[in-house]
Amino acid sequence: MTALLEVNHVSKQFGNDSKALSDVNFTVNEGEFVSIIGPSGAGKSTLLRCINRMIDATGGEITFDNMNVMNLKKKELKMVRTRIGMIFQHYNLVNRLSVIENTLHGILGKKSTIAGVLGLYNQAEREQAVRILSMLGLGEHIYKRADQLSGGQKQRVGIARALIQNPRMLLCDEPIASLDPNSAKTIMDHLRTISSQMGITVIVNLHQVDVALKYSDKIIGINQGQVVFNGSSKDITKEDIQRIYGSEAEDLIFDIGGIHAS
Amino acid sequence: MEANEQVVTGEQLLNSKSTKRIKIKTLTKSTIVIRITMFFLVLLTIIAFFNFDYKELDIGEAMLATFANMKAMFLEPHFKHFTFTHALHQVFVTLGLAFLTTLFGAIIAVFLGLLAAENLTSKRVSAVIKGAVAFIRAVPTVLWVLIFAVAAGLGSVAAVIGMTFHSVSYLVKAYSESFEELDKGVIEALQASGANFWQIIFQAVIPSSLTYMISWTFLRFEINFAVAIAMGAAAGAGGIGFDMFMASNFYLDIREIGTITFFILAVAILLEVFATKFKKKLKVNG
Amino acid sequence: MQADFFAKKRRNSLGFLLILGAITFGAIVITEYNLVKGFESLPRAVTWALGNFYPTQESLSRLPGILNSLLETLLVSIAATTVGASFALFFAVMGSNTTRVNAFFGSISRGIATVFRNIDVAAWAMILLFSFGQSSLTGYFALFFGSFGFLTRAFVETIDEASGGSVEALRATGASYFSIIFQSVIPSSVPQMISWVLFMIETNIRSATLIGLLTGSGIGFTFNLYYKSLNYDIASLVVITIIVAILFIESISNYVRRVIL
Repeated sequence: MTALLEVNHVSKQFGNDSKALSDVNFTVNEGEFVSIIGPSGAGKSTLLRCINRMIDATGGEITFDNMNVMNLKKKELKMVRTRIGMIFQHYNLVNRLSVIENTLHGILGKKSTIAGVLGLYNQAEREQAVRILSMLGLGEHIYKRADQLSGGQKQRVGIARALIQNPRMLLCDEPIASLDPNSAKTIMDHLRTISSQMGITVIVNLHQVDVALKYSDKIIGINQGQVVFNGSSKDITKEDIQRIYGSEAEDLIFDIGGIHAS
Repeated sequence: MEANEQVVTGEQLLNSKSTKRIKIKTLTKSTIVIRITMFFLVLLTIIAFFNFDYKELDIGEAMLATFANMKAMFLEPHFKHFTFTHALHQVFVTLGLAFLTTLFGAIIAVFLGLLAAENLTSKRVSAVIKGAVAFIRAVPTVLWVLIFAVAAGLGSVAAVIGMTFHSVSYLVKAYSESFEELDKGVIEALQASGANFWQIIFQAVIPSSLTYMISWTFLRFEINFAVAIAMGAAAGAGGIGFDMFMASNFYLDIREIGTITFFILAVAILLEVFATKFKKKLKVNG
Repeated sequence: MQADFFAKKRRNSLGFLLILGAITFGAIVITEYNLVKGFESLPRAVTWALGNFYPTQESLSRLPGILNSLLETLLVSIAATTVGASFALFFAVMGSNTTRVNAFFGSISRGIATVFRNIDVAAWAMILLFSFGQSSLTGYFALFFGSFGFLTRAFVETIDEASGGSVEALRATGASYFSIIFQSVIPSSVPQMISWVLFMIETNIRSATLIGLLTGSGIGFTFNLYYKSLNYDIASLVVITIIVAILFIESISNYVRRVIL
């Protein structure tokens, strides 16, 4: 297996205040399913956004597909972004547009400005959108407005928008934090399938430890901007969880015990 | 989704691909209305430009003249027909007109606002008050002032009474909406304990809406300052607006207008800064 | 402790009322407002209005002319709003924190809009009177400047509110700046923006009456003509046509708002 993403000594400071990230290191292999866990405010979202430079890291090196992301110029950065899909906690859809229009937004990065401005998509692109939406079980909702969908359905549109990019990697920022347990399971199952069957690398920010353990190959634990655990989900121990979540982890630990036992 | 609307599935679309393109836009009532509205706005704008009474005006020349005027106005302001103290005094007259208008408006609007709040009175009373308010708003302020000027003569009395009408209509809307936001449970609890209408109003309704009411009232005061300037100019109500009218229509002195504009801008920006600080303080204490 | 709490509260209210009273007194003195005259004039105004301020049979003959100048005022208001709105859209996109190109242009756009917003349309009218004279264009540009300033601020808020998330999502897909604006920002904000434009048209029609008075054009001028020549019956007819026009436009925009929002 080859490393698709390498994060070396990455740090991020907002203003003069405390460091949001300090000396973060990890690698992600092609096709892996990686979860980043940690308490809220630990820097998970910042880390994820540094990878596709939605936020610029203040130091370190990020290599994606043998390209140093940190040095890219505007145009090259856009090229890289077209190959990385992103999924958000609040779905970030254009609520007033239809499901298929929201899905097609995923290929705007590959279009000329004029085509993008006018929203011109060819028949093949449209078919591809319909195919992806059907695969995600949204075949009947293609012409519904995004704000008429349930949370779980909206998130599936978010996934469709990312998939139509034909990405090498998906970055998922708390994709199930606003969903009920059933929809959350559907979304996680879809992400797992995308990783295992389509060979797309998936990195997910999560705050539910049990979900992370159940779905991922690898876990990265962050606390106060530092990586405190980096390894296979099978190797994680109670002590690791405690280190990631600090003293407030008492309640969580019982859950973990249950999952390892089953 | 409406019952008679046909559900199109992804498979159907993919199977029928040879015959027609897949549509991506859907026409809903909302998009149709948006387009019709935009169409008419553009159409009426074009008609307007053809219809303007240009009076043989050279637009290019006038625009250039405007730029020159603005330069003179903002960069070379001066005092000629009045002094600094006079201008300051007139600014306070305008502020005074705005203050009295806001005060009278607020007092009347509290009572009408209570009557207009659906949760405090009945739907019918509320509808009557709201209808009256819409009617008041339909008559421009300057016409209210001029109509009252016939009975009271031109001056501060007609100006304040005329301007009070729109203040009332504006504040009734703002107050009644904040009264309507009050939790039903609070009113119910007080009713259950045997409190009468006015006790509920003064112990629950007004205290819980007070912060909103104050910030809306202050916002109206800012608006009234601008209105008072305009009335000073158009209806002889006095204040800095009247000086501006004189400078513009009689002395034709653009530099003096510049001075007045700076006075007005300074007060408007001071009021805005004060309002922002005041609101912050209210939030901390409230 | 408890007695203290209530005492403090009472002291605060008393202090507030005293200040309010002092300002009121100061305002009455400086504006030379006469409270007695104020109260007296109310019934007098009503009696006068009932006796004189209604249209008669012969004032109806002036209706075509009145409607003509009303139409002119309506068109000026609408044109000033739509053109102002297109400029405001550009400045709002530049000025919004979500969509601005950079902080420098952002501050400049917002600064320009602030100056335009804080000078009242009546003041603009008097300034423009110098170069444009008594033509429709004076009113048009005054309303245009005022609408531009107000709508820029309203549009900035609309953009920030409506499109934060989807802009981020489209940036993450590598979409170009203009694609993001046209595919995400505009579709999300259009209904709210139209609602603001309709509101602005309503406001502008009222301001147009005032500006017409100051600059000698439109329905304001017509009113002033009959008012100053003491033809109160015709003046009242002018007021009635204005009321009907404003209520009519308000009902249209309420309908549009109900459907699109």
